Amino acid sequence: MDYPADFRYTKEHEWIHVDSGVATIGITDHAQHELGDIVYVDLPKTGSNAEVGKTFGSVESVKAVSDIYAPVSGEIVEVNEGLATAPETLNQDPHGKAWLIKVRMSAPDEMKRLMTAAEYQDYVGAES
Amino acid sequence: MTPSTLKRTPLFDVHRSLGAKMVDFGGWEMPVQYSGLVDEHHTVRRAVGLFDVSHMGEIEIRGPEAVRLTDYVTTNSVDKLKIGQTQYSGLLYEHGGFVDDILVHKVADDHIFICVNASNQEKDYSHICALNKFDAKVEYASDRYAQIAIQGPKALETLRKLTPVDIAAIHYYWFQDGEVAGVPARIARTGYTGEDGFEVYCAPSEAPAVWRKLTEAGSEFGIKPCGLGARNTLRLESKMALYGHEIHASITPLEADLAWIVKFNKGDFVGREALLKQQEAGIKRKLIGFDMRGRGIGRDGYEVNLDGSPAGWVTSGSPSPTLNKNIGLCYLPAQHAQVGRKIEVIIRNQAVEAETVPTPFYKRGK
Repeated sequence: MDYPADFRYTKEHEWIHVDSGVATIGITDHAQHELGDIVYVDLPKTGSNAEVGKTFGSVESVKAVSDIYAPVSGEIVEVNEGLATAPETLNQDPHGKAWLIKVRMSAPDEMKRLMTAAEYQDYVGAES
Repeated sequence: MTPSTLKRTPLFDVHRSLGAKMVDFGGWEMPVQYSGLVDEHHTVRRAVGLFDVSHMGEIEIRGPEAVRLTDYVTTNSVDKLKIGQTQYSGLLYEHGGFVDDILVHKVADDHIFICVNASNQEKDYSHICALNKFDAKVEYASDRYAQIAIQGPKALETLRKLTPVDIAAIHYYWFQDGEVAGVPARIARTGYTGEDGFEVYCAPSEAPAVWRKLTEAGSEFGIKPCGLGARNTLRLESKMALYGHEIHASITPLEADLAWIVKFNKGDFVGREALLKQQEAGIKRKLIGFDMRGRGIGRDGYEVNLDGSPAGWVTSGSPSPTLNKNIGLCYLPAQHAQVGRKIEVIIRNQAVEAETVPTPFYKRGK
């Protein structure tokens, strides 16, 4: 699996893609693979706030539950409602259709701490 | 880089080449999944799956009093076993708690073959040795055996291609020695999935070839390698106990709904006194199945409330791929361990509604 070069990545295996100040956030292919068959996705409500490093939701597979951490802070302006009824999309297209939330960033500097695709690739390579 | 201290089965390289995701399972580096847990689960229910269970341990008891020793250290009646028959049994402490749950095979009047849990094998061996006051020899035999499980409605058709043994004639919980893929093997009609199937014991050095030939033999039925993930959901649907979850040192067979493996009238055995006392005093907690009614999965170790107060705990819980709902097993005070009781499972600090239900959750059709 390729990790898109215009995404940034966290150690907790979230990805983030920024377009005009709005960050789309999801979990990486590595994360979905580690979790296995995903059966539930719990996401916050539109209009609530994400805080960097804090959990904003969870993803549950047949085997395990995993918290999802916000890579940046800001207002959650959109939530991928489709995942509630089709959580398996996260296994199929984690970097695309199965994005989780969109956040209007309040502190874009927070992006600087995140990994590039190459760094993330090294990170998961070393981890596995 | 530190070298792996995890133990590996003779099929480790095969798993790697199949792209399995490997995990630490009780000190063993084992495949948890290959194509995906749910896919593997359905493959076993609908066709046939292949499991490497070589991590399981084997203990052999030989000698004129092999049966007497085995009867003394286990709960089920070994004396009643015919040659070629297998039984599920418990290895208990004097206080009635489980050392392990095991499969006892009677190979001959003076030869008992026991399959034990991977993480318990050394403990079980020492336990049995310490109790051996009979004319019997206890052998730690795990290094002599690999074990491959062929499970599912197409298991018979798959395995029969590779053996001259009339395996259709082997009844459930019986076994026969013979050859599989040209090598000596013990073929038992046992399993941990709730489906028809076989467990084949052979020499570790032969395991990769046997595995490869089984894969070829089953290809027309869509055979797939299956990992510990599917093994767990399959056994849970069939309500088979897992050591460390439903049963452990402070749980007795009477609490674990396993009274059927305890034969009080067979004579003395380790744990008998404690179990009789417990039965007399009344069983305080019992294992029961539940279905989640609210949204969520009640997982291993989660607390269970009754009418808002803590009352028990979940021993195993998972989505059931076959039934498409979230199931589990839990301990409850005996007077409440009845089908149709509303309970709450505490999922991440939230009480989620569930209801006790009959088990097994899944039973295969005849």
